[in-house]
Amino acid sequence: MSFISYFINGLSLGSVYAIIALGYTMVYGIAKMLNFAHGDVIMIGGYVVFTVVSTMGLGPVAGILLAVILCTVLGVVIEGVAYRPLRMASPLAVLITAIGVSYLLQNIALLVFGSNPKSFTSVVTIPALKLSQGKLTISGETIVTIVSCVIIMIGLTMFIKKTRAGQAMLAVSEDKGAAQLMGINVDGTIALTFAIGSALAAVAGALLCSAYPTLTPYTGSMPGIKAFVAAVFGGIGSIPGALIGGLLLGVIENLSKAYISSQLSDAIVFAVLIVVLLVKPTGILGKKINEKV
Amino acid sequence: MEKSMKMKFCLNKTLKSNMITFGLVIAAFIIVQLLVNAGQVSSLMKGLLVPICIYTIMAISLNLTVGILGELSLGHAGFMCMGAFSSSLFSISMLEAIPNPGIRFFFAILIGAFFAALAGIVVGIPVLRLRGDYLAIVTLAFGEIIKNVMNVIYIGKDADGLHFSTKNAMALNMAEEGKVIINGAQGITGTPKNSTFAIGVILILITLVIVLNLINSRSGRAIMSVRDNRIAAESIGINITKYKLMAFTISASLAGVAGVLYSHNLSALTATQKNFGYNQSIMILVFVVLGGIGNIRGSMIAAVILTLLPELLRGLNTYRMLIYAIILIVMMIFNWSPKLIDFRKRYFHKNRA
Repeated sequence: MSFISYFINGLSLGSVYAIIALGYTMVYGIAKMLNFAHGDVIMIGGYVVFTVVSTMGLGPVAGILLAVILCTVLGVVIEGVAYRPLRMASPLAVLITAIGVSYLLQNIALLVFGSNPKSFTSVVTIPALKLSQGKLTISGETIVTIVSCVIIMIGLTMFIKKTRAGQAMLAVSEDKGAAQLMGINVDGTIALTFAIGSALAAVAGALLCSAYPTLTPYTGSMPGIKAFVAAVFGGIGSIPGALIGGLLLGVIENLSKAYISSQLSDAIVFAVLIVVLLVKPTGILGKKINEKV
Repeated sequence: MEKSMKMKFCLNKTLKSNMITFGLVIAAFIIVQLLVNAGQVSSLMKGLLVPICIYTIMAISLNLTVGILGELSLGHAGFMCMGAFSSSLFSISMLEAIPNPGIRFFFAILIGAFFAALAGIVVGIPVLRLRGDYLAIVTLAFGEIIKNVMNVIYIGKDADGLHFSTKNAMALNMAEEGKVIINGAQGITGTPKNSTFAIGVILILITLVIVLNLINSRSGRAIMSVRDNRIAAESIGINITKYKLMAFTISASLAGVAGVLYSHNLSALTATQKNFGYNQSIMILVFVVLGGIGNIRGSMIAAVILTLLPELLRGLNTYRMLIYAIILIVMMIFNWSPKLIDFRKRYFHKNRA
């Protein structure tokens, strides 16, 4: 029984990773850059929910809505101010800028909210599910996380397949120049991608802090890195890849915490990433990239 | 005839530039030593002298990877960690065998450099097949792995030799008089404090000799050609993996030397997020970026200034990382934004065009 509960908790953690990884994968697919600051948008989202629910006394729904709105704006602003001027620059320059933005967000949060951990009250109000005479308990947070992950995945796939904006995203990710010639607003599409990714990060922030109820300015950085690992794992740029990568990573992390060593679980996760990249350098569902000379 | 004159001039130019770099280090050393002898340096500043050397070596070493090789390593603190722990283990276990601190420290430095280089090769062989963003994330992952592994290792020493465990100190199964050297997350205590400012400066000079010679050698030019255009370099028969691995390993071993200085400057050594984590790697990246990617002298100066500045301006300490973040973003946009490049070309480089 304990194995199943570890596994389900792993799926729940993995769902959060998958939601975060979606943001990474979409941005990478379109702007061909690593948004290192994505993890810190999660943290900002968490702080907004915390402030709205605990300090202002509003309901969790209001908290999440406000967090989604603020993070969306934040994502678009970051893209416009820091990344857009560097659209044509070398990948190294963009990467270092993204690291700078990540540091900026962390330290702003540090100055505004202080370094003391804030205890986060869960935004989930669904009672826990008890199975097989109470031997197996699935918490409300777990249910909500897995369900919202599935809904987001389906919604996003529909959005990209069925809407004009989604098609534009696909076109831009395929070839920026050609898309522009076809009359697609490339800058607008990239901004939209950042907006969606950041909105998802806000949701992930609320879910993550519900499952692990402390909040510090560094809350987002580890899940951010791991979600990136998940995105690479599944094949960066691929939406189903992010789902598979996230779920696998969550399960591996939880099982290694339970059966090997809780201190080494991070090391194991990273080791798995390296092995995957060695065997299949573009990830599980990644496409092979042909280089043009 | 004219060509050979030109060649000679070129050589002299690099030689001159290198001499300026060495001269700066030696002059700084002499001035600081004179001030110390005259009693003009506060104890706070004295405490910073060795860290300055450590960060200078780290900055030179990372600049070799980022600036000369053109790949971003986010796990450089991991190599420093490797050098720190391996050399501390050596120093403590050899306390009786090699009583002379000078000789012991000399070997400790070699051991630290060797193990960090080994880690560099282990990381490098698989990782250097990847490129750009992937390489950054995998080096980050390796840095975290090294740090995590250091936190679960227990090593003790008794008459039978070294004992090793990953569980706890009791599982080492040592004899009565056995001594725990690496105590898991509590790290190492009792490393002899051998690091001094003079040794630090000598190590900086050795680092400079290695790196500057490498840059101006045939191998160095091959490494830079890989950075500038991988495909073109490959097409003229340059073995990319070999040169990448060479630069990466040398860079790692130099970071290991910085780690040796670090561990022999402290009485207690632990592998935490603060000293060997991702943040440390980023801080060193800031030195490199601020000093100029690919500019060895610049990154040294940046390392010295950015280590001293927060201590001189105590009030700034809360805002230090915020300022670093802004420096990173502004420097990158200033250097790379096409609009700003155009702007600079139009208004500042009129005469050159």
